[in-house]
Amino acid sequence: MTAFRSPAGGRIDRSKPIRFTFDGRQMHGHAGDTLASALLANGVHLVGRSFKYHRPRGILSAGPEEPNALVTIDRGGGRETPNLRATQVELYEGLVARSQNRLPGLRFDIGGINNAFSRFLGAGFYYKTFMGPQALGGAKLWARLFEPAIRRAAGLGRAPAGPDPDRYANRFAHCEVLVIGGGEAGLAEALRRSEDPACRVILCDEQAEFGGWMLVEAPERADEMVKALSARPNVTMLRRSQAFGAYAQNFVAIAQQLTDPLATTDAEAPCERLWQVRAGEVVLASGAIERPLVFPDNDRPGILLAGAAETYLRRYGVLPGRKIVILTACDTAYGAAFALQDAGAEIVAIAETRAAPGAGDIAARALARGIPVLPGTTILGTTGHLRVSSVRLGRIRPDGEAEPSGGFTADTVLMSGGWTPSIHLFSQTKGKLRWEEGLGAYLPALPAPGQAIRVIGAAAGEMPAGMRSPALGALPVAGSPDRVKAFVDFQNDVTARDLRLATREGFRSIEHVKRYTTTGMATDQGKTSNLNSLGIVAAETGRSVPEIGLTTFRAPYTPVTFGLFAGQARGDLFDPVRRTPMHDWAERNGAVFEDVGTWKRAHYFLPRRPVDATASGHAAMHEAVQAECRKVREAVGLFDASTLGKIEFVGPDAAEFLERAYVNPVKGLAVGRCRYALLLNEAGFIIDDGIIARLAQDRFHVTTTTGGAARVFGMFEDYLQTEWPDLKVWQTSVTEHWAVIAVQGPRSREIIADLVEGIELSDAAFPHMAVREGRITGTPCRLFRVSFTGELGYEINIPAGLALPLWEKLAERAAEFGGGPYGTEAMHVLRAEKGYIIVAQDTDGTMTPEDMGLGWAIGKKKPDFIGKRGLMRPDLTASGRKQLVGLVAEDRSRVLEEGAQIVPDILAPAGSHAIGHVTSAYSSAALGHGIALAVIEDGRNRIGQLLHIPMERETIAVRVVEPVFLDPEGARLHG
Amino acid sequence: MLLIRCPWCGMDRPEIEFRHAGAAHITRPGPPDRVSDEEWAAFLYLRDNPKGRVAERWRHVHGCGRFFNAVRDTVTDVFVVTYKAGEPRPPETGPGESQPTEARP
Amino acid sequence: MVDGFADTSRFRLVEAPPLARFVLRAPDTALKAAGKAYGLALPEALNHGASHGERGKPGARVALHLGPDEWWLIVPEAEGPDVAAALESALGSHPHSLVNVSHRQVGYVLEGEGAAGLLNAGCPLDLSEAAFPPGMATRSLFHRVGLMIWRMAPGLFRLEIDRSLAPYFVAALAEAAKDHS
Ligand SMILES: [Zn+2]
Repeated sequence: MTAFRSPAGGRIDRSKPIRFTFDGRQMHGHAGDTLASALLANGVHLVGRSFKYHRPRGILSAGPEEPNALVTIDRGGGRETPNLRATQVELYEGLVARSQNRLPGLRFDIGGINNAFSRFLGAGFYYKTFMGPQALGGAKLWARLFEPAIRRAAGLGRAPAGPDPDRYANRFAHCEVLVIGGGEAGLAEALRRSEDPACRVILCDEQAEFGGWMLVEAPERADEMVKALSARPNVTMLRRSQAFGAYAQNFVAIAQQLTDPLATTDAEAPCERLWQVRAGEVVLASGAIERPLVFPDNDRPGILLAGAAETYLRRYGVLPGRKIVILTACDTAYGAAFALQDAGAEIVAIAETRAAPGAGDIAARALARGIPVLPGTTILGTTGHLRVSSVRLGRIRPDGEAEPSGGFTADTVLMSGGWTPSIHLFSQTKGKLRWEEGLGAYLPALPAPGQAIRVIGAAAGEMPAGMRSPALGALPVAGSPDRVKAFVDFQNDVTARDLRLATREGFRSIEHVKRYTTTGMATDQGKTSNLNSLGIVAAETGRSVPEIGLTTFRAPYTPVTFGLFAGQARGDLFDPVRRTPMHDWAERNGAVFEDVGTWKRAHYFLPRRPVDATASGHAAMHEAVQAECRKVREAVGLFDASTLGKIEFVGPDAAEFLERAYVNPVKGLAVGRCRYALLLNEAGFIIDDGIIARLAQDRFHVTTTTGGAARVFGMFEDYLQTEWPDLKVWQTSVTEHWAVIAVQGPRSREIIADLVEGIELSDAAFPHMAVREGRITGTPCRLFRVSFTGELGYEINIPAGLALPLWEKLAERAAEFGGGPYGTEAMHVLRAEKGYIIVAQDTDGTMTPEDMGLGWAIGKKKPDFIGKRGLMRPDLTASGRKQLVGLVAEDRSRVLEEGAQIVPDILAPAGSHAIGHVTSAYSSAALGHGIALAVIEDGRNRIGQLLHIPMERETIAVRVVEPVFLDPEGARLHG
Repeated sequence: MLLIRCPWCGMDRPEIEFRHAGAAHITRPGPPDRVSDEEWAAFLYLRDNPKGRVAERWRHVHGCGRFFNAVRDTVTDVFVVTYKAGEPRPPETGPGESQPTEARP
Repeated sequence: MVDGFADTSRFRLVEAPPLARFVLRAPDTALKAAGKAYGLALPEALNHGASHGERGKPGARVALHLGPDEWWLIVPEAEGPDVAAALESALGSHPHSLVNVSHRQVGYVLEGEGAAGLLNAGCPLDLSEAAFPPGMATRSLFHRVGLMIWRMAPGLFRLEIDRSLAPYFVAALAEAAKDHS
């Protein structure tokens, strides 16, 4: 039997002892305990150090509102969670808990020195020090002295460094009624609503058991109600489930703990689940939270809320202490007093802040039990190093001050300032609140438009008279209230003095006071402090609470792990990874992949022969790319172009639509022919390019860039549906239906010739920029005679599921001809040698066709196309625009850096206007020197000029040349 | 997550199935040679940003694929009405001021 | 059965055999003719599916009405060319678009009493029978990818996912299944 465990009672399982450690110390508890109740059973109140002053702090509450008892739970193997509230952590065998924010230990903490300097750490300390006059060294002092020290000393638990080994799950759920809070009101509502079997009811509660306060007062009734609900198939009951966010249209986010600490769990099973619930109606039955009282030294361990003490006793069989003084502003504390007295504790006195004790005969009953009741009395101070040991009482005078009236020794002080309805979730949905003077609290008034949210029970202010108290703010003190530390916000160490100071310095709105003093801004979001803060500011400024305003309630109601939000989206499931049908072949053949959008594309292929161990990765890549380029220029290369976007346009108006969409003339395109096509936005800038191929009078096969596929398809859908809905044409994405194998190089025709059926391949019958439908190795295909390399070439479109065998066959043949696969890097080099642009590399969203030397593509006679009017804007027709040119460094071996800025003058000082920049730069195997594409102001008129690229250590001289470096006549295309 | 009623599907569907597509009822001026630079600039770049009801375009991209229009209140996020592309904005939907709500600091 | 997918008594995921798939875009006026040529009346109500025969078996026909003027037609692989030819000739006088997308997608069957619950791990729709009754078919989302969901019976869903996204879908579903065993 642990020291403070009552001999009987409570809902713990006394037959199941549980061992756990706190800061390395072995202790015992029972199944059904929380860490907080087990610590109290072991006589431990001191559980943490406060945020700013490092004052010793104890357990204040028995629920999610706990501001002090934050612990790190270490489940081993990287499963370490900081900042958990000990009042919500269920005990399990072997639990390892550590206190936080202490240096080096809980009982002796050097950070407590902040406490000695607390006069300097008051309201707005951070701001004042940072903004302070330079003469006083404000900013410097902050940076050098205060910030490092405070950062070291202040703070919460430490975030774990390793990856989180746990799993997190997600569920979307729908119901007619979501009941939040499984106390008496919530259970009754769930029972009533679920009588209709067609009404799906979800009931959630943050605790391991449903019942709420009934678990203290009437556990049998709770059990009955839970049993009745469990029998109904239309009811989903979520235990350990905190509704932490309420959003528009009855959408609620719930964090459910899945790891039942007492059960052996499946290692594969998730530990938390995010419920995203859409309800027909949300019923908020979230109860009420007891308010602390604000008196000097009210933060010592051993001082806790009266309702929490009663909960610990009656639900967990734990006595928080043996010699107890009670300070109360409402009647509920009497219940705690009587129960504790019955359990053997001495109730030294009940100090009543009210002049006349509460309803009915409650005070008389206390007196009959031999408990002194002291009306109009408050606590003027407490003593005790790591735990309260005595209290000094004071009589409240009519003038609002207090005078000493004796004292008591005590190991525990219970306080009750009344009960605050938990309206956080209602407020999150932007519901309107109203101030209820008699409760000293806000109540729900009117749901926001579109919200079906109803608040019931204590959360709606439905409380017996004994729970109601208008008391708010700081209690009277003897002498100057600025000489004492009466805490309002325990977690952020904000005192009544801080709040008064803020109002004296001119802060009026509670939102400003909050930011200045940080009250209510800790992870508990001021659940126990907000109303007392309001009360103090109201008293200080002589206004009513509603005049001061109310800070905004925001999700999450209690802190939520990052893992819950990430859910499944981590590792391989972070984002889809798209692979082409040839991916595995490429991988087996040494491909190094690059990400292009969500696609994996073979960047280059590392030859299987051992790479020179001294060669860097960059050198190996260079060598591979040069070899791939040579193969294409000298023999034949295979390129996986499957990721290109492909759209099939069909309908009598297909040509008309494409004519309006692209800059090119399309209506005149003959069946069986292709055209390089440019797509602009309405501003006139290039956004995509590709090939338009006419398969029939009313059927086109159009390609887009890999990265632009989805965007372009969406843009066309927009024009089809909303701009030109009268056109009879439809588009269908066939990107994933067709795999594309580009066969490029002087030997390309030879390696496909005998595989193709039904297509005459001669240059005359099937010229450059033509398309045919036929078969290859017996499979239907679309064969394009197109080239992005400047060589004779084909692009074979073949159904994706049938592409790999064809690729393998072609790869074998290519190898026989001295060719092979090439990756996207070689593709980039090959096209740059020909001056073919890559949209979004050589263009940046501000380039016109004319800028890129592609003005020839525009159908000049077309009355309109997307971007035509944009191209007529004065800025786009002005001279001096940047134009695409080629660059070769005077040191020809030099490969320039993409993005490098270009200036005309070798001695241009730093910061000079740059006339352009390098967009593409490679080492050309075919030419044996470095080449680059660049966009330069008035570039075409500068061909032949010498320009300069200032780099970090040198300035590189470059010559402007035509952007086509190889075969400008195009002879190789027509092999 | 909001629910949005797709006027084509006739169903309330979750927001993540939709894509926002900018202001509604913007007419593309033309033909190009009759449009002034000012008119074109306005078409490209000038949009209202009202506090209150706004008519905007959405596409049910992960559903029926159709574009439609919606009148939404930018303060409360409430969708007042949705209607098919090409249909006029229901006259009773504004443009109007939304109910004032507290500032969100 | 699909690799890497835990099979439980509560749900089972099976990959479809190769099938021929077409996207038909046409105005309502072409529906009758299309249905006649197809051998199955195309459902007029949006977000509905119709079928006869057994998947992959001769004569099987599926028609899914997924957009106001959009139907997906799914037939046994070998019957694709004939079905396309029949439709093209029947629709000759109606403006329309018929496009072969056989390899664009991968089909799955997800069945079992836990199937709807499993889909709700990543699909935001209400998949109760009242809100999503048998016969309903629609595009939606599963986590990061779009998919087509067609409920044939209370515990029987047919799904279609773009080919390159299918591995992600299966892996994401398998991950979700760890919360449903
Ligand atoms: Zn829709």
